[in-house]
Amino acid sequence: MLCDGLRRRHSSRSVIWDVDARIALSDLAFGTSLERDPAELHGKSLLILTGDQLTTALALVELNGVARRLVLCPPDVQPAQVAVLIADAQAEAIVVSARSPYADGALGLPTIRCGLPLAPRANATTGSMDTEWALLTSGTTGPPKMVAHRFDALCAAIDLGPAPVPAPIWSTFYDIRRYGGLQIFLRAIITGGSLVLSRAGEGASDFLTRIAERGVTHISGTPSHWRRALMSAACANFHPQYVRLSGEIADQPILDALSIQFPQASIGHAYASTEAGVAFEVRDGKAGFPAHLVQQSGGDVELEIVDGRLRIRSARTADRYLGRGAAELKDDRGFVRTSDLVERRQDRFFFVGRGDGVVNVGGLKVHPEEVEDVINRHGEVRMSLVKGRRNPITGEIVVADVVLRRNPVEAQHDRDAELRDEIIEMCRESLEAHKVPAMIRFVDALDLSASGKLARRHA
Amino acid sequence: MSVLDVLKSEMVRVADSQKKQLAPLTDDLVLLNSGLDSLCFAILVASLEDKLGVDPFTERDDVQFPVTLGDFARFYEAAIKVA
Repeated sequence: MLCDGLRRRHSSRSVIWDVDARIALSDLAFGTSLERDPAELHGKSLLILTGDQLTTALALVELNGVARRLVLCPPDVQPAQVAVLIADAQAEAIVVSARSPYADGALGLPTIRCGLPLAPRANATTGSMDTEWALLTSGTTGPPKMVAHRFDALCAAIDLGPAPVPAPIWSTFYDIRRYGGLQIFLRAIITGGSLVLSRAGEGASDFLTRIAERGVTHISGTPSHWRRALMSAACANFHPQYVRLSGEIADQPILDALSIQFPQASIGHAYASTEAGVAFEVRDGKAGFPAHLVQQSGGDVELEIVDGRLRIRSARTADRYLGRGAAELKDDRGFVRTSDLVERRQDRFFFVGRGDGVVNVGGLKVHPEEVEDVINRHGEVRMSLVKGRRNPITGEIVVADVVLRRNPVEAQHDRDAELRDEIIEMCRESLEAHKVPAMIRFVDALDLSASGKLARRHA
Repeated sequence: MSVLDVLKSEMVRVADSQKKQLAPLTDDLVLLNSGLDSLCFAILVASLEDKLGVDPFTERDDVQFPVTLGDFARFYEAAIKVA
């Protein structure tokens, strides 16, 4: 189990709350949430494909050290992608929620139901296997990439010093099946804290009210989560000791707004990604990060800046991508090459955007090509350029410049509004809401680069 | 059109395009209960920047996030005055 060999004396006190359920992790010593004896799953590669986060949490706690590999499927994984994931992860069984629509064998593999209430455990499972954890990240096209981590690398950024008294109660706006949320889940239970899970579709005010009632002391989210939270009157009753931002650029206005709203809290912004792991956390209340972090070498985390892009080498980075023909995750010197662009101003570096044109809408990545592909299907569209527009609420929003198949000189603009609606409707039919362009501008031409490709001006 | 009118008509337009049910737009409506989600607010703020020429979220240093529709309108009115 996850708690074995870590900090048993602390983790025995951990409690995880969902909206309508709670589980004390100590109960898992006597009972199991799995419909089969976990010992039967020893050494197997398992897909964790549950509807809710609590079930995933239970499965992770019970199966770490038991399974060979655990693949955490995020809530938006498409049924069509599951077959690819099964093949690439060489999965042998699928862990599903009690009310899962997937019947046993429906995906060509046995399913194992997981959930509450706990059933009596036949014998104590002792996990001694080094379980590999795989997280999903969005790819340019096709199925998401699977990023494999060693468990100790996932936990390497967690301070295992003396546990604070009283133990922290953590919460996160993130889903724990994504890297940012998983870090909070691991922090909470490894250091003997508790965790209040978010729920998809729950409004910000309801969530804030719930975590305030549970006495949450430590909380994380993206700057976009926080901008939204600050618009809720429910913030007035919430008094965290520690507020963490990650997943997007934390600008000075959001850091200032949080320190005004939560004067008693320590506010930190972390740089982390599924591939690079947690690189650093900044707690001085200022945007960007101190330049001396880059000059350090041989420390826990080494940062390099090449062509304005951040590269990271540490014991916290992921191991590799899973699957046949998967790309290399690190370069030959062991650095993860991120696409995040930084710029030095005096003694600090500031993030200025992405080098690969990826648009970040409230922590969700959008590959412009995917959106352009849909827009270009419209019969009257010649070509399009999708890009991010800076936005104070979600960091960026998606906008598009579109060239129509008409002669610009003789253009009739009376159909523009109608065309705009048609294109947006097409996007809405095949893309998730955050990928649909919020604004479409009709332009006469788009610039091409010397190589004949669409000129993308990245940040 | 007053700032409040522009704001209301843009809220209706965004809610309509995002297929959201908008609550009655009274002065004391708590924005988070308006029926708009984060993405809607992001689009709303961008289109208000185009229409009114200001983005008070980015321009102001003393960022006190507005809670009600009335606050939201005053937030923009103050920014327009400065601009």
